[in-house]
Amino acid sequence: MLEHAWLILALPLAGVAGNIFLGGRLGRRFVSALSCGVVGLSFVVSVACFLELLAMQPAQRHFERHIFTWFLSGSFKVEGTLLLDPLSVLMTLVVSGVAFLIHVYSTGYMAGDSGYRRYFTYLNLFTFSMLTLVLGGNFLVLYVGWEAVGLCSYLLIGFWFQKKPAADAGRKAFIVNRIGDFGFALGILLIFRTFGTLEFGEVFSGAERLFPSGSTLITGIALLLFAGATGKSAQIPLYTWLPDAMEGPTPVSALIHAATMVTAGVYMVARCSALFVLSPLALAVVAIVGLATAVYAASIGLVQNDLKRVLAYSTISQLGYMFLACGVGAFAVGIFHLMTHAFFKALLFLVAGAVIHALAGEQDITKMGGLRSKLPVSYWSFLIAALAIAGVFPFAGFFSKDEILWETLLRRGPLVWALGAVGALMTAFYMFRLLFLVFHGTARHEGHVHAPPFSIKLPLVCLAVLSAVGGLVGAPLLFGRHFVKEFLSPVFRHVNGHVAAGTHEAGAGHFVVSELSMAVVSVSIAVLGIVLAYRFYVISPDVPQRLKERFARLYSILFNKYYVDEIYDTLFVRPLVSFATALWRHVDALIIDGAVNGSAFLVETASKVSRRLQTGGVQNYALSIVVGAIAILAFWLLR
Amino acid sequence: MPVGVSHYLAVSAVIFAVGVAGVLLRRNILVVLMSIELMLNAANLAFVTFSRASGAVGGQIVVLFVMTVAAAEVAVGLAIVLIAFRARETTDVDEMNVMKW
Repeated sequence: MLEHAWLILALPLAGVAGNIFLGGRLGRRFVSALSCGVVGLSFVVSVACFLELLAMQPAQRHFERHIFTWFLSGSFKVEGTLLLDPLSVLMTLVVSGVAFLIHVYSTGYMAGDSGYRRYFTYLNLFTFSMLTLVLGGNFLVLYVGWEAVGLCSYLLIGFWFQKKPAADAGRKAFIVNRIGDFGFALGILLIFRTFGTLEFGEVFSGAERLFPSGSTLITGIALLLFAGATGKSAQIPLYTWLPDAMEGPTPVSALIHAATMVTAGVYMVARCSALFVLSPLALAVVAIVGLATAVYAASIGLVQNDLKRVLAYSTISQLGYMFLACGVGAFAVGIFHLMTHAFFKALLFLVAGAVIHALAGEQDITKMGGLRSKLPVSYWSFLIAALAIAGVFPFAGFFSKDEILWETLLRRGPLVWALGAVGALMTAFYMFRLLFLVFHGTARHEGHVHAPPFSIKLPLVCLAVLSAVGGLVGAPLLFGRHFVKEFLSPVFRHVNGHVAAGTHEAGAGHFVVSELSMAVVSVSIAVLGIVLAYRFYVISPDVPQRLKERFARLYSILFNKYYVDEIYDTLFVRPLVSFATALWRHVDALIIDGAVNGSAFLVETASKVSRRLQTGGVQNYALSIVVGAIAILAFWLLR
Repeated sequence: MPVGVSHYLAVSAVIFAVGVAGVLLRRNILVVLMSIELMLNAANLAFVTFSRASGAVGGQIVVLFVMTVAAAEVAVGLAIVLIAFRARETTDVDEMNVMKW
């Protein structure tokens, strides 16, 4: 099947083409079947590739499928290559699998929308782009996918472009991403200048061979690449687009947050682990940014009242954990968390969509409540997802998050661990705050609650199962083996030596805490968060109000998201806009337009005079010929 | 008084001047065309004169060419005049001045 891995990409692309050229004529039923079908088949092919890879010896699990030569100029050569190794195949599984469920869900969610075909075309294109990104065998193919997911996110966030907030949010996502992409493009150029090639294998082996640990050049490359990752994966300082991205249809949020968009940065950092491990500074930056984002976004999530906005901040926070894992050198664990996060975050968003759908568009959690009995499937799915993200044993999030914290403790010491644990506590708290406010208590909304259709319930159940048991593939304490880590180890084989040498010495030797006891601590933290949320929002609902009044200033800072949007607005957006306006008013309208219009005016005035010469009378012309002839003659004779 | 080169050239110049005056001053387009013929033939006369005076035959060959061109010119010119007359019912060049700004 590996030979036919190109099908993974070709199928969604065929879906795009089919939707464009046939979808209009053949109707919605065809669009739904085609869009879901191609992504489903793509998933099947991915599974087949995965199984084939699994059957090989671990060291040989690396397959490159050359499709065409893209650039060939002198010694510069870029191939259109698909790379199938454990990392990319795992990503492909997650992306196509989750995307398939979201496609199915969308057929129910978007059933009444007039842009049905357009929506599914974009959705297929989005899946295709992300699969290109993860399967690309060199930086340029990765970059193509990277930019294409940016484009698709723009199209889908602004899907309801008639609404101004949606159009603005799409634009914001695109522009903020471009800032990161600029760094990423510079990083790729620097890689090309340094190594003369863009193929992953040659670059990584070259980096290992030619550069010592801590080389400035490698640090520069790694930091530039990471700048791209902060944009795409919504890390400080470029995270502001993600909370706004919820203006798109909810399944799109699920897709962006879980499968196709924000994970790209984590994947890229993991893919370039060979470069990052050579630079302790870059790794430290990754870890610090990840940790800061994790805690910071979680603190904002504590007080937001919009269902999807809380989930958006929780995504930013969880992505922070993934980068924290990468930053401490535990790339496989970061990817593991990416995988489990894809399950439960997609589920959370899909449930949020089902709730919003059921309440006819209501997103404010203070106006929900008491939905447990009316939307049982949604309730239980949400509960499982919330337990998973909070990190309660044995749900998926527990294994990955606990392992991130454990690796952090091992390699960076207790202080970093404590910050991460605070973030985990807040995560548990705000997730269960959501759960209690939305599903428990008394109903604070009016009107009929629509029951979700089957196409919405099915993906919920599938993802709930995955969120519940998906973490077991990485449970060394239960099975004695960490399947994900083992599977990914060939990709990250070069990591261990470097990281162990380069990082904090407060490692295993000093800490005699066992992994098991740390797991117990993790679960206690999660349970503490849940209990707090239960106390605040179920037992004594007046506590949050009192706290709000007591810490009014802190509350307003958190509620207004640390005013970062406003700060960015003042520091960057407004000066840029006024600069652009000044350029428009003065340079463009006056100088450039003035030059164009002025030259036109000059020509017109001059021709108004000179056109008098063209009288139309033949004899006038003949006269001028004669006069000219006489003048020439006179000139020659009288000279 | 023997007739010399300068006499022939004087006649040629006079005919040419008459032709120029006709082209520039006459209103009837047929007369204008005939005046052009006059100018061409004045040139022919000058060619023949010089050819005979210098003894080279090149001038006479050119005359044959000029006559051919003149015949072609008249054919095309008369056709245009015919069309113009059908369209505008006039042969007056002053009324045929629509090709302007």
